[in-house]
Amino acid sequence: MIAELGHFSLVLAFVVACVQMIVPMIGAHRHDEGLMGVANTAALAQFGLIAIAFTVLVYAFVTSDFSLKLVVDNSHSTKPLIYKISGVWGNHEGSMVLWVLILSLYGALVALFGNNLPSALRARVLAVQASIGVAFIAFILVTSNPFLRVSPAPFEGHGLNPLLQDPGLALHPPFLYAGYVGLSMAFSFAIAALIEGKVDASWARWVRPWTLAAWTALTIGIAVGSWWSYYTLGWGGYWFWDPVENASLMPWIVATALLHSAIVAEKRGALKSWTILLAIFAFSLSLVGTFLVRSGVLNSVHAFASDPMRGVVILGIVFFFVGGALVLYGWRAPSLKAEGMFAPMSREGALIVNNLLLTAAGAAVFIGTLYPLFLDAVNGPKITVGPPFFNMTFVPIMVPLLLIVPFGPLLGWKRADLVAALERLMGAALLAIIVCIGVLAFVSKAPWLAALGMGLAVWLSAGAFFEFASRIALFKGPLSKSLRKARHLPRAQWGMTLAHGGLGILVAGIVGMTAWRYELVTALKVGESAKLAGYTLTLDKVGMREGPNYEAVVGVVHVEKNGKDLGFMLPEKRHFPVERQEKTEAAIRTNGFSDLYVVIGENNGQGGWTLRAYENNFAPWIWAGAFIMALGGLVSLTDRRYRVGAPMRAKARIKTRAAPQPAE
Amino acid sequence: MTRKNRRAVFILTGLAILGLAVGLVLYAMRDNIVFFYSPSDIAEKTVAPGTRIRIGGMVEDGTLQHLSQATISFKVTDFVKTVTVSYTGILPDLFREGQGVVAEGKLQPDGSFVADTVLAKHDEKYMPPEVAASLKKAGRWKEGEDTPMPMAATSEAPKS
Repeated sequence: MIAELGHFSLVLAFVVACVQMIVPMIGAHRHDEGLMGVANTAALAQFGLIAIAFTVLVYAFVTSDFSLKLVVDNSHSTKPLIYKISGVWGNHEGSMVLWVLILSLYGALVALFGNNLPSALRARVLAVQASIGVAFIAFILVTSNPFLRVSPAPFEGHGLNPLLQDPGLALHPPFLYAGYVGLSMAFSFAIAALIEGKVDASWARWVRPWTLAAWTALTIGIAVGSWWSYYTLGWGGYWFWDPVENASLMPWIVATALLHSAIVAEKRGALKSWTILLAIFAFSLSLVGTFLVRSGVLNSVHAFASDPMRGVVILGIVFFFVGGALVLYGWRAPSLKAEGMFAPMSREGALIVNNLLLTAAGAAVFIGTLYPLFLDAVNGPKITVGPPFFNMTFVPIMVPLLLIVPFGPLLGWKRADLVAALERLMGAALLAIIVCIGVLAFVSKAPWLAALGMGLAVWLSAGAFFEFASRIALFKGPLSKSLRKARHLPRAQWGMTLAHGGLGILVAGIVGMTAWRYELVTALKVGESAKLAGYTLTLDKVGMREGPNYEAVVGVVHVEKNGKDLGFMLPEKRHFPVERQEKTEAAIRTNGFSDLYVVIGENNGQGGWTLRAYENNFAPWIWAGAFIMALGGLVSLTDRRYRVGAPMRAKARIKTRAAPQPAE
Repeated sequence: MTRKNRRAVFILTGLAILGLAVGLVLYAMRDNIVFFYSPSDIAEKTVAPGTRIRIGGMVEDGTLQHLSQATISFKVTDFVKTVTVSYTGILPDLFREGQGVVAEGKLQPDGSFVADTVLAKHDEKYMPPEVAASLKKAGRWKEGEDTPMPMAATSEAPKS
């Protein structure tokens, strides 16, 4: 009965979304406040209804209601509670419900906190947002109903893919969706602006926090996913350039470009139509990502077993929104007048180069990801485009971008003095060169590319630091004065410094892990040892362990480094009898600079156990860097300008009524 | 600088970056693409030994062997032709005899295949699209069937 309630609220949500899509749009056209006001109520109601449907689904999973087909296929009564809950989005149908839940959540947030938006803009934004909801709720109801019953109900479910029974993967989808779907806000704002034919500084300021929130969530989602694949797949890698990973990277790259171009649109009134185009692209790529993952065209852990029908429907949705948005753009964008003249050497100029390089990098990833699928679709040869392709295209495009990152914030608007910026960055440049030479001199067999890479990483982080230092006049006066200045800096400044500094740490992690990674693959009998990069690994014994819903082969590996006892590591290979699957649990020992990573394999039939071990230098920095970047996004979100109830609000409202140009 | 000149600078920068990206993509496409072959393809078309390729099919039952230390070998079949694959390392968790597999590596002069990457399918309802297509081509599997015929009887216990 309760499942039918969920189904029913989803149907109601669909109806409400239809109303929200049409009525406010008409209201905005006729300047009818009453009709426009429907948008808020509908957005809240839509969120409430989808929340009910989602809660019902969670309840069915938690109580192991095996009369629901979805629960039978993806759950089991012995599964730990957290994986019963995460099982809700560990499958196609449930994750689509989570998708629309987050979509409607963003709409509800606009309804709740968008009081400072002009009412026509808000009505149009919510209407566009609702049209996305209509498409996807219909998709769920027609092709992927999560509330289907089975009769008779079996006594037990089939369990959840063990690879997904992991804390990292319980978190990865919600964050990723919050990012993907969050970009729909930028999209809705862009379409609303195109319909109104007006983009001003305040528009850019309203778009930025939403993009920033989506970007932050996407950064966390990608980082958690990458971390998961590092410790769980047993390969010890963090990024495989798998099409599904690329599907999340492409929107991230474009969202990054959008964040930066929106600054120019907000502060200088330039790059307006480009910003709109990026907003359209960012969400389009999210949709393409959804298509790639859901249509079953890819071979990956994300590819849920699915029927081709779903792929066709999603492709239709993608074409409708992308095509419609681009047509509207082609029609209305020429009327958007750019203001703000600037010289090529200026902050605007630097941000344009940033955007060009990011777009080029995104395009390279796009081609590498979709070309094989395209060939396959036209019955061409089956090919794979792997890491070498991306290393040869993505990396050379990103390097010049990373080189100019520290300059950007130091260049003035309109016309900038490059020499003055260089002077402030002397310290960072010096440090980068010292590290470069130091790596070449002191690290034996250091590839020169690795030395340059480390130099680049230091350049980024130190550049961020010195830029910050020059803002608070550090070293130029008493420390207390500098600290006071730091406290009064806008949070957005703090956020940017964190994000750019974190980027440097991320780059150091990637370079370090690529250049100084040592691998050992061997088979050991109990009592035997093997050596890896100064470590001695001894297989002390192999035992069995009972988990809640699995049994594990545990290798007890004693670790020694240069005669020093470092204790034991316990890699596991878990067998899940219900799902009839194995899952590798790597044992990882980290000291913050490098990871020792040990995986146990199978008995090789000759009394030995396969053992794979890596020393991954700088590996922890990859995720540390990514999380610092995300933290930067969060800090920036708390900036006074975006805060609810900021003193700007009342003033802005009066201004928006008086004149359509509520500039700064 | 006049307005026109400024615009020219931006357009030229844009074109330069676009050109760089196109050049890199074309150059990387030339050497870094890996083609997919089924065991029958390998028998029919002559693949030069040493070329990096992917092969896919089903792991033939009872062919998994531990050669030495950490090296194993197994046979990949599309039920028409069979290729022997050897691999050093730990097999992915989802690798199983009688199920689909994709291996990437190099063909040896003797016709065997040395893999450095082995990808197994990710759940029992799902088959890598490449494998499904090559099995379909060999006439061994149709959309909607559970598993290809000869593999139906595996040693696994029935689900409770």
